[in-house]
Amino acid sequence: MGNDVWVILQQREGALHRMSIEAIGVGQKLAATTGGQVIAVLLGHDVGAIATTVAAHAVASVQVGDAEALADYTPGGYRRALTGALRDAAPTYVVAPHTYQSVDFVPRLAQAIDAALVPEIIGIEQVDGETLFKRPILGGKLHARVRVKGEGTTVVTIQSGAFSASDAQKGDAPASIEALAMPAEIASDRTIVGIEQVGDDDQVDLSKADVIIAAGRGVGGADKMGPIEALAAALGADIGASRPVIDSGWLPRDRQIGSSGQTVAPKLYIAAGVSGAIQHLVGMKGSSTIVAINKDKSAPIFNVAHYGVIGDLHEIVPALTAAIEEAKG
Amino acid sequence: MRIAVCVKQVPNTEARLRVAPDGRWIDQEDLSLILNENDTYALEEGLRLAEAHKGEVVVITLGPDGAKEALRKGLAMGAARAVHLKDDGFLDGDASAVGRALAAAVRHVEADLVLTGSQSDDVGYAATGSIIAGELDWPHAWLVMGLEIASADAGQATVVREMESGMNERAQVPLPAVIQVQAGINQPRYASLRGIMQAKRKPIDVLSPADLGLDASQVGAAGSRIEIVDVAFPDSGAGAQLLEGDDAAQLASQLVDKLRNEARVL
Ligand SMILES: Cc1cc2nc3c(=O)[nH]c(=O)nc-3n(C[C@H](O)[C@H](O)[C@H](O)COP(=O)(O)OP(=O)(O)OC[C@H]3O[C@@H](n4cnc5c(N)ncnc54)[C@H](O)[C@@H]3O)c2cc1C
Ligand SMILES: Nc1ncnc2c1ncn2[C@@H]1O[C@H](COP(=O)(O)O)[C@@H](O)[C@H]1O
Repeated sequence: MGNDVWVILQQREGALHRMSIEAIGVGQKLAATTGGQVIAVLLGHDVGAIATTVAAHAVASVQVGDAEALADYTPGGYRRALTGALRDAAPTYVVAPHTYQSVDFVPRLAQAIDAALVPEIIGIEQVDGETLFKRPILGGKLHARVRVKGEGTTVVTIQSGAFSASDAQKGDAPASIEALAMPAEIASDRTIVGIEQVGDDDQVDLSKADVIIAAGRGVGGADKMGPIEALAAALGADIGASRPVIDSGWLPRDRQIGSSGQTVAPKLYIAAGVSGAIQHLVGMKGSSTIVAINKDKSAPIFNVAHYGVIGDLHEIVPALTAAIEEAKG
Repeated sequence: MRIAVCVKQVPNTEARLRVAPDGRWIDQEDLSLILNENDTYALEEGLRLAEAHKGEVVVITLGPDGAKEALRKGLAMGAARAVHLKDDGFLDGDASAVGRALAAAVRHVEADLVLTGSQSDDVGYAATGSIIAGELDWPHAWLVMGLEIASADAGQATVVREMESGMNERAQVPLPAVIQVQAGINQPRYASLRGIMQAKRKPIDVLSPADLGLDASQVGAAGSRIEIVDVAFPDSGAGAQLLEGDDAAQLASQLVDKLRNEARVL
């Protein structure tokens, strides 16, 4: 059992996913607790340029798994490419970003190497010499601290934005770039037919909106959108929504804000009946002024909001419309 | 085609939550429980496939006695029968322990396809379906927003998977497989009154670890690699100015004042 930390980077079509660097930072932090080295690992085909970028960081080496079979990401391909090397190296920790791609393959990779899996961590704490991982539960309303039991490798995935990329330290000299030891044949279990854009070209572009009113599940139904529309009209705002509003068919898909929808950064973002799950927050936390209207004081949306109104949106939204009309004179 | 759909009961987070006295989970008292959101979509998807290909849906849950409500809901929506992994030994498992038990249940019912939600709304590991697939050595796909299976003996499924930044991946997955369904894939039906009445007569098989050939050390807390030490509310509203009160009109004019004169966005 080694004491190293392996960091699984993510790339697509030759571009490094920004969370890869956040993961390197976390890897360095964990390596400081184990006294081991950080090994970065990159899978793909013809990804030399990315490897060079990564090698500028303080890592012991960049292991590149280059194969035609890895040109497209597939969970079987990635798992099979990594299983043997990780079994041999037996690192204390493996760190990966908690992205849609990682979540698709990392649990089975952990299973294949008999590792413990701690998904979506947002913090690392040392308590009495023990490492505890903090992760969100119940839609981010609470945080849990978890401990790992038993021997062997622990695989953690890190939540987007929870750790800063600027914490990743650069090295004094470029790290060596080496070929990852991989099986000769890497079988996949999925055939990619194509990558498609969701929706068509004439879909609403909320990224340029100045003011957005976001409707959440708390609005309560397609028939209850009237007051939201009235507020939007009073403010000259665009209407966006959280995912359940879209999934329930209250608004069309091109109004969705969040990790599976649009990323917006208006001057004013008013969230009504939105709890503030991370998948929503990543799409709007760059807004200049955020207002949250929610009846639940412990809703995580208040962590990113600048102004919060605690109460029933069915009363507050119409009152706000009236106050704005009045202020306009 | 026999389709196993894994469903889980989760706390309704709309309710006021309190940390339990032992600090390790939320207080279960006066907590209302609901079917995990994604699992409702998985159920609907399974029922549609069963209807299209003359198959049947078996709903499976692992949980305490009350979890049978999740099974009843599945039966009322149209599932043929249910399996309840009910035993103290099954409880408090991480994704590896729960996935191992559910995979054994899938083998037990001899399913040809497994549908799960992509994430649970309580612990949210987003991993259990993948673990089931690993145990069975079947392929899987996570975050599925579209699923087509041409016929009962098609041998493969076409899935549409969500990727980040508004892109989707279309891919073929050989069957049998575990498909982890994402909310929004369909519009789940409501259980009809007739469905609810019929559900009362449909069988629920209750199984223990031993019934599945599993040792106590492989399931529940004993079979898990991670455990929750404690849970807590984060410092909510740390940066926000909170406006509270009974008079909506007054709150609204306070807010407008702040947006105009402080934030200067109006
Ligand atoms: C892989 C993945 C991708 C996802 N992508 C996205 C995404 O792109 N965008 C997105 O938004 N979500 C996404 N989600 C879903 C996300 O996890 C949350 O489930 C979702 O954002 C919750 O939406 P909500 O806040 O509207 O609903 P809820 O979490 O149900 O919150 C409703 C809120 O309304 C409040 N409320 C209820 N009634 C009232 C009232 N009368 N007055 C005032 N307040 C009231 C409640 O207190 C609660 O806080 C994704 C999830 C996964 C797993
Ligand atoms: N105790 C359980 N019983 C039945 N299915 C479960 C259970 N736990 C998780 N699942 C399934 O696995 C999915 C993902 O859960 P999780 O890995 O906890 O995010 C859920 O949507 C369910 O379909």
